[in-house]
Amino acid sequence: MSSQSTGIGIRSCGIFVPRLRIARAAIAEAHAWALPGLKGLGKGERAFCNWDEDAITMGVQAARDCLAAPLGLHSDISDVVLASTTAPFADLQNASIVARALRLNDSVTSQDATGSTRAGLRALASALESAVGQQKLVIASDCRRAKPGSAQEMTHGAAAAAMLVGRGSEEELAVRYCGRHSIDVPFIDHFRESGEKYDYYWEERWIRDEGVHRLATPTIKASLEKSGISADRVAWLGLSGAPAGSDKLVAKALGIGAERILPDLQGSVGDTGAAHSLLLLASALECGKSGDFVVIAAFGLGCEALVFQIGGSSAQRRKALSTAVARREESTSYLKMLSFGGELQLDWGPRSEVSIKAALTQQYRSSQQLLGFVGGRCTACGQVQFPVLPTCIACASTAQQTPYPLADEPARIATVSADWLQYYPAPPLYVGLVQFDAGARVLMEIVNVPAGGIQVGAPVEFAFRLKAHDEIRHYSRYFWKAVPAPAVL
Amino acid sequence: MASGIKDKVAIIGMGCSRFGERWDAGSEQLMLEAFSEAVQDAGIERSRIGAAWLGSALDSANVGNSAIPLSTALRLQGIPVTRVENMCATGTEALRGAAYAVAAGAVDVALAIGVEKLKDTGFGGLPVPTKGTLNDLWIPYCSAPAGFAQLASGYAARFGFSRDELKQAMAHVSWKSHKNGSANPKAHLRRSVEMDAILRAPIIAEPLGVFDCCGVSDGAACAIVTTPEIAREMGKRDLVTIKALQLSASSGRESGTSQWDGSCVPNTQMAASAAYREAGIRDPRRELTQLEVHDCFSITELVTMEDLGLSDPGRGVADVLDGRYDADGAIPCQTDGGLKCCGHPVGASGLRMVYEHYLQFLGRAGDRQLPHPRLGLSHNLGGVPYNGVAAVSIVGLL
Repeated sequence: MSSQSTGIGIRSCGIFVPRLRIARAAIAEAHAWALPGLKGLGKGERAFCNWDEDAITMGVQAARDCLAAPLGLHSDISDVVLASTTAPFADLQNASIVARALRLNDSVTSQDATGSTRAGLRALASALESAVGQQKLVIASDCRRAKPGSAQEMTHGAAAAAMLVGRGSEEELAVRYCGRHSIDVPFIDHFRESGEKYDYYWEERWIRDEGVHRLATPTIKASLEKSGISADRVAWLGLSGAPAGSDKLVAKALGIGAERILPDLQGSVGDTGAAHSLLLLASALECGKSGDFVVIAAFGLGCEALVFQIGGSSAQRRKALSTAVARREESTSYLKMLSFGGELQLDWGPRSEVSIKAALTQQYRSSQQLLGFVGGRCTACGQVQFPVLPTCIACASTAQQTPYPLADEPARIATVSADWLQYYPAPPLYVGLVQFDAGARVLMEIVNVPAGGIQVGAPVEFAFRLKAHDEIRHYSRYFWKAVPAPAVL
Repeated sequence: MASGIKDKVAIIGMGCSRFGERWDAGSEQLMLEAFSEAVQDAGIERSRIGAAWLGSALDSANVGNSAIPLSTALRLQGIPVTRVENMCATGTEALRGAAYAVAAGAVDVALAIGVEKLKDTGFGGLPVPTKGTLNDLWIPYCSAPAGFAQLASGYAARFGFSRDELKQAMAHVSWKSHKNGSANPKAHLRRSVEMDAILRAPIIAEPLGVFDCCGVSDGAACAIVTTPEIAREMGKRDLVTIKALQLSASSGRESGTSQWDGSCVPNTQMAASAAYREAGIRDPRRELTQLEVHDCFSITELVTMEDLGLSDPGRGVADVLDGRYDADGAIPCQTDGGLKCCGHPVGASGLRMVYEHYLQFLGRAGDRQLPHPRLGLSHNLGGVPYNGVAAVSIVGLL
């Protein structure tokens, strides 16, 4: 490809991997009495979501990571896409919640993409193909469920990736987009009906030999041809959505050396569905150097393959993936994973019977405050406060308050306790007053607290999380929680 | 300039049900138990009651809302009956309503009754009330002990106490109340507990253990009030009068700004200073002879001693450990066992505290009788230390 002064590509990338990891051996051990064969899959570890993490919250955190890069280009984002096969809502645009949590303008178009684990790369391709003057934020996020005892319980994982797509100079682009090719065929390797919890998979050998080999290989080849890149110039190849080892098969068929295959992340995160191909691209940014060509393919009802060239900018080449993977906390409790995933209903006692029905009227009136964590600054006395009520907390002025976003503001613990009495799905509930340097103070849940607890004065940052799930009306609602700094985004 | 209600209202009858796990009684029986004792004590016909106030805090869990539960339980016909609710200060609010009606001359005789039936919920601890549609969307739902444990973390941080030092003083608070409660036949928990058992108890909300938390009980308490003049006309002597009834509610500053360091309860400080002013008390350390404070948790009582101006800031720990607030100390506190041992039927507690002072003044406190009771302070703290209401009442012999 000839070098151009500006091109289309990815300006910034952000990654979120849930902090909780479990050794696959621990899962296999729990099933050993009935399913000893699972031990064969018992290598490495996988990520799993806390009870208050889902595709939306992970997507928000990945996007915050992406937009935190020193670009300052928040303002001209025109589109937000959330690609996921596990988004919590069927009729309520999940991307819309993400956009509000990111405090993007009301005029930003938000859209969900779903239907296949290929949806993440498909959404990225659409954004790259249509990015003209504005920037588009593509987020792919999956928190994959699997039936206890299934192979998928061992191999599935959870993560989110966000990519800011737009036009830029070679210096401004983390990767430059070179071209793509895709095919759509009814090769159904797995499926899940609407409303069902688990995927149903066909035989792995058939998927790999008849599916990946015959469908992905020619698709990747065509994408390279359309981009004007010969296979021997490919520095990095990543393949998602296919059984373990498929990438080697494809690389061999294409004449790409095994050393140029990107790590499949099975050892650290697991298969993250729609997010996985974007995770692989983030991985290429870390493995590669400026000028390297990268091809990323997603297998699923055919195949999608995109070709990129790593840009000259180092700012965007930060270690988003390895940083997110390194923020880990090993859980040895398989039952905890089951409980957090909703696979195991523990008896939480009568205190868990309380059901608070969210007033959608109130939620709409306060949507900026609740989703964006936006407080107010009194125009009379300057006091920053949350929530914003009609009368200033400090001077009782009824003058309009100016919006004051709090999610990225420095803050510390003012008071704290670990509550073992209150019903909480991940006891104890850490709760305390959080004092912002800017003056606001908010009573908050504190999550990701290490075993030794957290002390008064400890610095905290903030994460978008599930506040509660209404089991009667089947409604998830969200708010922000404090996390010990450095951020566990 | 308002003159306050000092000595404008006399308490002529009081009653208190037995507190505890009253599997045998519904809220109607509890109210009747307290009322029967009070009306007999007052020696009046019930028809003389001109108005009544009912305090119950957790209507969703037990008594029911409106005036009806009281007017039905006592079959009060054709008089104004009002239900009041102000979290843990609810019982005191009922008394305030009745006292103000008498002081204003609206009625000659008024009834204040508080009741809570917590043991029909099916579990220990308090039910979780909602906090309004906006707050429900963002405030963490924490337990009451976790709310008050914030005070422990803030207090320890400000004054530099280690967890063990604070735990030791908190344990003394509970140890003392258990000792006192063992002499109160109406208390829920009537046994002394060793310091070691208190310190080793399982943690409920760090650093509060089981024995740092008050009991959860059923109960009712009742007062009949009139003016001193009418009381004398009735032939009453040794009149117990209300010296002050004050209340302070949070505007949100403690939980919403940096103006609170977590080591005190500003509402208590404000209500206390207003009450001292109303009662004409200049030196509470010398003038008050007894205390019934809101020991929902041991840390609350410890900090309350400072907030009432009875211990210097940061000195509460030492004063408690020195026995200053023990039954034989300089200012006896919780002579009836407090919330710790009586338990905390929320709507009744404020009136139960006044009942203890009343018994002490009239020499009816049995094994726990103080030698020279003259002026008693009672205190309620509703909500949480950083967002709530505090009530301070002072009663004494006229």
